[in-house]
Amino acid sequence: MESGVRVPTRRQLLSAIAKVGGTAALYQAMTTLGHAAETQFHGPPNLQGARPGASVIVLGAGLAGMLAAFELTKAGYKVQILEFQNRAGGRNWSLRGGDTYTELGGATQKVGFSAGNYLNPGPWRIPHHHRTLLHYCKQFGVALEPFIQFNHSGWVHSSQAFDGKPVRFNAAAADFEGNIAELLAKSVNAKALDDTVTQEDRDKLLEALKGWGMLDNDYRYAAGLKASNHRGFERPPGGGVNGAPIPSKDLYKLHDVLDPQVWTSMAFFMGHEMQTTMFQPVGGMDMIGKAFAKQVESLITYGAKVSKIAQDDKGVVVSWTDTATGKTADAKADWCVCTIPLGILGQMDLQVTDEMMAAIKAVPYSGQVKIGLEMKRRFWEEDDYIYGGHSFTDQEIALISYPNNNMFKDGPAVLLGAFAREMGAYRLAGMTPEQRIGVALAQGSVLHPKSYRQEFASGASVAWSRVPWTLGCCARWNDDTRKEHYQTLVGMDRRIVLAGEHASYVGCWMEGALLSSIDAITRLHKRALEA
Amino acid sequence: MRKIVLVAALMAATSAAAQTSGGGDTGGGIVRAVKPVTGEQVYGAVCQACHMADAKGASGAGTIPALASNPRLAGAAYPIMIVTGGKGAMPGFSGTLSNAQMAEAVTYIRTHFGNAYAKPVTEADVAKIAKPPAAGGH
Repeated sequence: MESGVRVPTRRQLLSAIAKVGGTAALYQAMTTLGHAAETQFHGPPNLQGARPGASVIVLGAGLAGMLAAFELTKAGYKVQILEFQNRAGGRNWSLRGGDTYTELGGATQKVGFSAGNYLNPGPWRIPHHHRTLLHYCKQFGVALEPFIQFNHSGWVHSSQAFDGKPVRFNAAAADFEGNIAELLAKSVNAKALDDTVTQEDRDKLLEALKGWGMLDNDYRYAAGLKASNHRGFERPPGGGVNGAPIPSKDLYKLHDVLDPQVWTSMAFFMGHEMQTTMFQPVGGMDMIGKAFAKQVESLITYGAKVSKIAQDDKGVVVSWTDTATGKTADAKADWCVCTIPLGILGQMDLQVTDEMMAAIKAVPYSGQVKIGLEMKRRFWEEDDYIYGGHSFTDQEIALISYPNNNMFKDGPAVLLGAFAREMGAYRLAGMTPEQRIGVALAQGSVLHPKSYRQEFASGASVAWSRVPWTLGCCARWNDDTRKEHYQTLVGMDRRIVLAGEHASYVGCWMEGALLSSIDAITRLHKRALEA
Repeated sequence: MRKIVLVAALMAATSAAAQTSGGGDTGGGIVRAVKPVTGEQVYGAVCQACHMADAKGASGAGTIPALASNPRLAGAAYPIMIVTGGKGAMPGFSGTLSNAQMAEAVTYIRTHFGNAYAKPVTEADVAKIAKPPAAGGH
């Protein structure tokens, strides 16, 4: 730096900011300067000084409700939680061998998985930038392990490309990129881009296309060691006499790699929330719910079905029924944090403004279907060299996802045999659990024809549209409903505030539930101190 | 004839029904579900996911209403409004299903499961009520 004014380095600047404003200011500054970022979490809320005797009733013992109870108790409030189910965690849930699950309509499944195996019907992976969740996992002692999100060796299957046969992700992606690079290089060399790209940038672009797209010296994407280095070999490099690699010869045709299944599978990993690194709790997703519950267990009343939430200037009265005994009771508190999913909440007798009621009723829910299949051995590892991650298919099951733990072990393992959505999910949800397993086996066999049926031991499915305590998986906002209802929904309605993934812009994720909860209780606390 | 209908349905499914993911935690890639055509097919492939095979709905913390023997189906406008626009947790199907599919489904529901409202609902009836779907997910 030769100018007269000394410009501080970024590091000097950050350390000065940290000294003056503390770590929160440092974090903000880092965000502004392009570091860190990615979530609105700035540390736990650290609420203090509740008025003596002030009380809060929390409805729902999912993550949002339990976090609210935990932090409000710390702030000095007297807190109680009402929960419809006989367990805490809400959609943070795992099914294991010996568990029984009865869905709406009455179909009951007894899960037959071996010890240690599980299906996570709801959340199953955690992005590295979901800092709120990661913070509380650490604080509450939840052990996390990597979730193998991106596996280049998974299968990509389209019923309308590659003769309907599954192909390896790396080969399909390499051939897509190679073909696109070749076409773009052709355009550059045919001077088609001369009007828009400078000569200097054209040279750089050609260099990039050659390198990124594995093109040869004539800017062609052709069979050879260069392409094989991305897509895989006919005979991979080895040792000794036959050590020389043989490149793969038959590149996929442009027509096939342009099938939308290829680029959508590639683009999937570009999405902010799908980028690696991702995590899962050791032993099943419900380890998180259990760890939260440990903090607030004494506050929870289970089997409590809420039917009415009334409020006046003095407080809130929640009418509920004990689902075991049928007895009804009223619970009173100064304030209420309500995390009940909107589809269920909208059916209750609520003393809220008309605008709030309209907002609650305006948001529909998605109805994903997950199916866990226990296989007698890890044929995807042993036969196909797939260790965790996903295979994509355009059939209703949408994917097969392989277990991320216990790799190389003998004995049974549970894979995710369906993560169906939209039309695929509606169709699977409408079936009996037995029919769903039948479809999952038939469609999964297209990707693993040799072993899928042969190694199958038992299965379990959860159709979220039939889950008795949510009537769906996730709140589905759109541009119109956000504009018309969102601020009303998250606003305090006198003494009641809503929280949950539905009251966030991180919908469908645990992070959204937690961020919503922190925001809700922070405003509740402020209001309570002002009141 | 049935074969022709089925082939036509499969062909329609291959082009139009390829769906990419919405927002949230989702499976990735595209899904090509076979497109249901008749009212019975639409009911089985879509409505049944919540309202059950016998159309009797179910109850837990909340209730999925029964469509069976439901006097609120007497007028066609009400079920068309719900199917196209949604209600509570139920999404509207404008944009997901065609007006023809929704007409078939409503006609089927109104003439089965203990309902006997014989007059068929047409695609035009649905078009009169259906609003275009809003953009953006989550």
